[in-house]
Amino acid sequence: MSAELAINAPQVIARKPARKATSESGLVRFVLIGLALSYFALLVLTPLFAVFYEALKKGAEAYFTAITEPDALSSIRLTLMVAAVAVPLNLVFGVAAAWAIAKFEFRGKSLLITLIDLPFSVSPVISGLIYVLVFGLQGWLGPWLQAHDIKVIFALPGIFLATVFVTVPFVARELIPLMQAQGSEEEEAALVLGASGWQTFFRVTLPNIKWGIVYGVILCNARAMGEFGAVAVVSGHIRGLTNTMPLHVEILYNEYQFSAAFAVASLLALLALVTLVIKTLVEWRVKH
Amino acid sequence: MSRGKTYRFKQHSVLPGFGLAMGFTLVYLGLIVLLPLSAAFVKTATLSWAQFWDTVTAPRVLASFRLSFGASLLAAVINTVFGLLLAWVLVRYRFPGKRIVDALVDLPFALPTAVAGIALTAIYSGNGLIGQWLQPLGIKVVFTPLGVLVALIFIGLPFVVRTVQPVIEDIEAEIEEAAATLGASRWQTFARVIFPTILPALLTGFTLAFARAVGEYGSVIFIAGNMPMVSEIVPLIIITKLEQYDYAGATAVAVVMLLVSFLFILVINLLQWWSRKRYTNLD
Repeated sequence: MSAELAINAPQVIARKPARKATSESGLVRFVLIGLALSYFALLVLTPLFAVFYEALKKGAEAYFTAITEPDALSSIRLTLMVAAVAVPLNLVFGVAAAWAIAKFEFRGKSLLITLIDLPFSVSPVISGLIYVLVFGLQGWLGPWLQAHDIKVIFALPGIFLATVFVTVPFVARELIPLMQAQGSEEEEAALVLGASGWQTFFRVTLPNIKWGIVYGVILCNARAMGEFGAVAVVSGHIRGLTNTMPLHVEILYNEYQFSAAFAVASLLALLALVTLVIKTLVEWRVKH
Repeated sequence: MSRGKTYRFKQHSVLPGFGLAMGFTLVYLGLIVLLPLSAAFVKTATLSWAQFWDTVTAPRVLASFRLSFGASLLAAVINTVFGLLLAWVLVRYRFPGKRIVDALVDLPFALPTAVAGIALTAIYSGNGLIGQWLQPLGIKVVFTPLGVLVALIFIGLPFVVRTVQPVIEDIEAEIEEAAATLGASRWQTFARVIFPTILPALLTGFTLAFARAVGEYGSVIFIAGNMPMVSEIVPLIIITKLEQYDYAGATAVAVVMLLVSFLFILVINLLQWWSRKRYTNLD
């Protein structure tokens, strides 16, 4: 330690005057950091704290009862199912779209990228509404679906579709810039050496983009499991049948079962925290 | 494989799979995104112009537009100021817990909106963590437009931080050193050298936060109290109309929101184009 300090000491002294001119005074730094952290704590940390505090206020037993009662369990099951449908679909879409956009030059590319990002700009409520307009009783396919006894709206397919819609951009928007930055030289080399298209993809491209995929998938998953507005419109809130976890939270909350609502909410908050941990680890891995 | 094929709109490439990847992308986007979205416009077309206009200019709807756009604008402005501050502090200074703060900036993005909604309501209610300090001051947050603002500030936080942060990271030390050598004070360097560099990113972040706030639903409805004419946001108007089976009315309001969204996208694309141009000029 002391040897290290001794080596670093002259450098620090030599750099000090230069740093002063391109950095703020100690007081300004202190004030800015204090202000930023206070704002952050007030805005972000308090809600996070409140979720767990309210969830556990009535004790561990009430907490576990709330998350293991049948309606809660069925909402957890449905939420996992929703993610199991939406994430793989948007993963395949994201890889295909990124392959087309990053590896080839064609007209209308920026328009296509804008279209892929479109669901981000649409209000979640509208994302649900448009599926009601297509599949609802008064919708385009409504009469046909009713004649064939197929339920989409107020049933599981509607929930899947609305969730797929809101999570369309997640994987694609991570992979497009990544693959654009990587270029196509490695794939071209593999092809020249006699690899087939699929071999090139699985052995060259996929290993190169695996962290981008992890990143996109966890964000896509978090949104798929947590989506509220779009799912609220198409779900019909049928307990034990079409209630996802966020919808279950809403119902419990509106019935003044606050502790139970926060208990289920705490599971979603944990999901968010796990998502952020994985995201940070991936970012750290990519940087180092 | 499509290696042999040449598409008129595509430059030649030795890589295979363009037809498959592009075909899948277009079919998927068409079925999942474009076709359902077009339903909104087709449904609205069943209304006459007068019906459409009456629906979207009804007093209750107008009040919700005012609230949604007003609160979203204000939230985006506040997020721009504090987002810049947070991004600056995270890039330039060292302090304990910096990594954790950096990671948690994305929490509003990762936390399901319904969870954020009930948590914010609990905190700001009269006996809540923050509400109990505001109540003696006569400030009521829950079930007021102020509550809407608080929720929109929360969900908009990551946008400005995450668009500005990489740009601050990329500012080369030489530029600031040159300014300092030429006699600029630290404030002058910030105002005339650093700020113009990050301005496009700042405006992009502002627009992203604004756009997100306008459509936000889950985090707002719990804290807003949803009183007609007072604390009712546009997405809630759409839901209310849907619950009354007024599909055409709900869609008319939705189409106005969609058109606003398209405008936001246009602005964001223009800002990014401006930012790219600015960077190439710098090189």
